[in-house]
Amino acid sequence: MSEMVLLGDEAVALGAVHAGLTAAYAYPGTPSTEITEYLIRYQRKHGRPIAQWCANEKTAYEEALGVSFAGRRALVSMKHVGLNVAADPFMNSALISINGGLVVAVADDPGMHSSQNEQDSRLFADFARVICLEPSSHQQAYDMTREAFDLSERFQIPIMIRLVTRLAHSRGNVTAGEPRAENPVAKSATPASWILLPANARRQWRALLDRQPEMRRYTASCPHNTVTGAGSPAEFGVITTGLARNYYIENLEDLGIAPPHLHVGAYPFPADAIRAFVGGLRRVLVLEEGYPYLERALRGIVPPAVDIQGRESGHVPPDGELNPDIVRTSLGLEARRGLMIEGLTLPSRPPQLCAGCPHGDSFHAMTAALAGFPNAVVTSDIGCYTLGALPPYSAIQSCVCMGASVGMAKGAAEAGLHPVVAVIGDSTFLHSGVTPLLDAITEDTPMTLLILDNKTVGMTGGQPTIRPSSQLEGLVRGLGIPADHLHVLEAHPRHDAHNTEVLRREFEHRGLSVVIAVRECLETIKRGKQEQAAATA
Amino acid sequence: MKFDIIVAGVGGQGVLSVSAIIASSAMHEGLSVKQSEVHGMSQRGGEVQANLRLSDKPIASDLIPRGMASLVLSMEPLESLRYLPYLSDTGTVLTSTDAVTNFASYPEMEGLLAQIRALPHAILIDAERLARQAGSARATNMVMVGAASHLLPVKLETIEHFVRTLFAAKGTKVVETNLKALAAGREAAASR
Repeated sequence: MSEMVLLGDEAVALGAVHAGLTAAYAYPGTPSTEITEYLIRYQRKHGRPIAQWCANEKTAYEEALGVSFAGRRALVSMKHVGLNVAADPFMNSALISINGGLVVAVADDPGMHSSQNEQDSRLFADFARVICLEPSSHQQAYDMTREAFDLSERFQIPIMIRLVTRLAHSRGNVTAGEPRAENPVAKSATPASWILLPANARRQWRALLDRQPEMRRYTASCPHNTVTGAGSPAEFGVITTGLARNYYIENLEDLGIAPPHLHVGAYPFPADAIRAFVGGLRRVLVLEEGYPYLERALRGIVPPAVDIQGRESGHVPPDGELNPDIVRTSLGLEARRGLMIEGLTLPSRPPQLCAGCPHGDSFHAMTAALAGFPNAVVTSDIGCYTLGALPPYSAIQSCVCMGASVGMAKGAAEAGLHPVVAVIGDSTFLHSGVTPLLDAITEDTPMTLLILDNKTVGMTGGQPTIRPSSQLEGLVRGLGIPADHLHVLEAHPRHDAHNTEVLRREFEHRGLSVVIAVRECLETIKRGKQEQAAATA
Repeated sequence: MKFDIIVAGVGGQGVLSVSAIIASSAMHEGLSVKQSEVHGMSQRGGEVQANLRLSDKPIASDLIPRGMASLVLSMEPLESLRYLPYLSDTGTVLTSTDAVTNFASYPEMEGLLAQIRALPHAILIDAERLARQAGSARATNMVMVGAASHLLPVKLETIEHFVRTLFAAKGTKVVETNLKALAAGREAAASR
């Protein structure tokens, strides 16, 4: 078959298509977004598979579960923190008897290039007691995704593919295999296994635990866990996972004699293979992207006399992304130096809102309206508008997780602060801002929700918001906001005085109000024009 | 043969297009390619860079180790200096002199350019002016690809082919402008 250059994300997407994918669901999140973007483009061109953006990761996961119930293959993809949102269906889906293959592609972000934390999804796979495959190359991203669907049907569990930013967003060569047809529709033959009433759930939980040895036998014999150079009389060995293998190989030449090397690409980790590998060694360096997951596990399964080194022992930095230079010094090699200029320090260039961005106009009006309120609090959420934390705006005071601005505002107001403003984007509001607003409506909490509606999911590249923004006002009114405290404004400098006045009035109001500030993202307007021009050219 | 490049710039300057054209050209000529990009938040006016590795052998790491890059190709003078620790002793800094001064503490320009000129191997190109002469300031990044073409381990004709491919959807005029920009950049760097 053909060879091509793909992003890691795209390799996962194509692997899923060639595995006979019927449907893919996701909410956009860096670095996982390009999986679904590729599938949507593929669908436009070929008619199949189904590829859709969803309201959030939980709904995406549940839709994928329905496809599996129907006997067909489904992919659900998300970033690491998105798995927290989908954690409920994810954990429980490990107990049901998966019918059509269900693969969960999770892209972690070590180094937090565009995330709030750097949690390691391998622990989530362990938590759910399912198999996790971790590619270390683009080819593996493709191959492992294909295989994951087979494994899912074989073990009747969801299978996790764990990516990291550096693989998701780098391009490399992929040779594709022969595409496989979609499964026919065939409803689960064991519907009781999908009904997690306690009596069923206890039986299913036991069944999942009973399958653990079989899963471990698979990971002990599969080609993703490999040993090289074993049996040599060395005292020092290296264990790698994921991209750490590549950084290790990059430095191998300079080590002189290659130490024995175990690479782990499939979990549950092969405990017996690790024990055998470590057998005669006195020192083992564990190189893994993310948490010291294997390193910790190792401490439980090898003799205490073996010196285990890694992120937890301090031989590798405990945080951040790995790279060839970090791995080099962890191996005891002398650090490489490039070109240096004495005394050269460069200012960093923080990201910022685009010139003329409607969010900037909303922040301007909001800050003006808050003048004279010493106890004012602005909670915010995750999107382009989070950049309002930085100068020149310095307009927001929190960013924790999707939807949190609304709930936090309610709590802060009830604790006694006033005025309290919750800032959230249109897509984020629909993702997980609606439910905390229901709480606030019930209590008529004295706070203002400011929905910054730029009619798109801006930060991840301008995907469509799940419902058009014209419906936001009707939705909010339907939840029960009184008409005189619900306003729709145009976020534009020419309305600055009016917008400031409306906001000021609502900040003074000792009850709940919602203000929707609307103007389309400049980037999506530009892209729309380009697409139109290309269509008529 | 091994040729590591850091393509640097600011979000929106076309760093990824530059990197994509060189990567496609190298692939077409049978080289192994790895190209690591920055997506998401940093693209909003922040520092953007792509690690681009070309080799006639398989490439292990997506990231370039320190001191190994043959070329820092920068769309902007300040950003060209940010990646010096990755440049080898014999490596070249090729930068556009057009500054993106979208933040308050941007260094004084003459001093900045003097620091770049003092590097062992530096080429400075007035890329935006050349792009305007070719027909559009938006072709600045193609001027830079042209300027780099003397150093790259790929044929000029292959690069031209992929410039045509990349801009084909935008019409023949855009393709012609970008090819002109490519040629102008190549000529400007030829004498350095």
